[in-house]
Amino acid sequence: MRLYAAVAVSAFKRYATYRIATVAGVFTNTVFGFILAYTYTALWDERPHLGGYDLSQALTFVWLGQALLAATAVMGGGVQEELQERIRSGDIAVDLYRPVDLQLWWLAGDLGRALFQLLGRGVVPLTLGALAFRLTLPASPLTWLWFLLSVTLGVCVGFAVRYLVALAAFWLFDVAGLSMLSGLLCLFFSGMILPLHVFPGRLGEVARALPWSAILQVPADVFLEEHRGAGLLWAFGFQAAWAVVLLAAGRLLQSVATRKVVVQGG
Amino acid sequence: MWVRSTMAYRTSFLLMTLGNFAATGLDFVAIALMFSHIGSLGGFTLPEVALLYGTTSTAFGLADLLLGTMERIGRRVRDGTMDTLLVRPVPILAQVAADRFALRRLGRISQGALLLGWALVRLDIDWTLDRVLLMPVMLLSGGVIFGSVFVLGGAFQFWAADASEVQNSVTYGGNTLLQYPPTIFAKELLRGVTFVIPLAFVNWLPALHILGRPDPLGLPGWIGFGAPLVAAGCCAPAGLAWRAGLRAYRSTGS
Repeated sequence: MRLYAAVAVSAFKRYATYRIATVAGVFTNTVFGFILAYTYTALWDERPHLGGYDLSQALTFVWLGQALLAATAVMGGGVQEELQERIRSGDIAVDLYRPVDLQLWWLAGDLGRALFQLLGRGVVPLTLGALAFRLTLPASPLTWLWFLLSVTLGVCVGFAVRYLVALAAFWLFDVAGLSMLSGLLCLFFSGMILPLHVFPGRLGEVARALPWSAILQVPADVFLEEHRGAGLLWAFGFQAAWAVVLLAAGRLLQSVATRKVVVQGG
Repeated sequence: MWVRSTMAYRTSFLLMTLGNFAATGLDFVAIALMFSHIGSLGGFTLPEVALLYGTTSTAFGLADLLLGTMERIGRRVRDGTMDTLLVRPVPILAQVAADRFALRRLGRISQGALLLGWALVRLDIDWTLDRVLLMPVMLLSGGVIFGSVFVLGGAFQFWAADASEVQNSVTYGGNTLLQYPPTIFAKELLRGVTFVIPLAFVNWLPALHILGRPDPLGLPGWIGFGAPLVAAGCCAPAGLAWRAGLRAYRSTGS
């Protein structure tokens, strides 16, 4: 356990060294936040209370999305790229030799990365958004706590998906195409482009049941206090269930893959 | 060479092209979903938004196809591989453009062009000669304007090696901005993208003329024809910044 904590801390520190990249990222998130906020305003002006959100909640959703974009690694990257590269180059053989659990090791690193991105690239855009627009911030301090728990579960689900994609490198060698497709699906079905409540009819129902909704839609709804009491428990249960299922699938695929590894030059 | 190397991994190439196609596609799906609830956004109908969408995607796609690799300058500066480009007797800019030249980016252009075609079929445009001429002029100058931003961003990375994200805010952010009608944005923002970073010339101003709509800032209709001039004007600072960046480049290590 101490080992995995150390891995998380070192990942946090590693990302913290990219200061200019962090500032650049905050800038980009803020620019996109403004563009999306204007389009949502136009949309909600036409249809107030679309998807059960009022304008202020919709705008909050925009800025939450920008604040969580890097932390949840919606567009892929982070752990995924590194792991893929290690599989492609064969360095993975060294990792498999180590007396640690491969999946937990990468999960710990990803959680450390996510924590830094949440602080480094989340706080400033959300604050700027709250200054420029009228946002719906949680009334109860407890909601902030539930939100953080929900984000953590969301990061775990996101990690589980990216881990599966990275493992595909054992078979595909060049996973760039698959990573891209996975990033796009995540972008669309997490609600990052448009809240899933706005998706019409059956498409909306399906989108809200898919694992990606645990990455942004559920944490955002927790933040907006759309889930209360038993509903809150249900939301956490939904996220946790997807995390467990996908992490288990990752383990299964990993054990199949490692039986397949051929170490060259050894 | 890069074309052949990407073809070596056929599955990945197909998925990438498909991904690029879908990348712009999903954005439009989101807009179409919006229109499942509303009849017009900022006074624009879905085919009109599709025209804006198709024109900016095509222009951006052209720039991305040729100069999208500018994003990687920072990485080259960090790991010192920029040096390999410097010793070759070919213009650096051409080398960077050709580096990892990716045909898969055709996905974005074809998707943009497809939507543009759909918009043109659906819209009832009064095709006068000047509007017909403005169409290709808009796409080409739009590509040049986006291209200049790519080069400018690439040059900036000589100083700030890991700041390629700032470039994204203008390129990808600008592309997203231009997909929507100008009427929904604040006047200050419109002034900014007309007079400071002239992204409005990529498609907004020419497209407004083609659609026969007034500019929200009250600029005259013929201003859209200024796009090639503005595009040429963008190349100058980009070129200067690129040369300054190259001169400022000090390799890594000793």
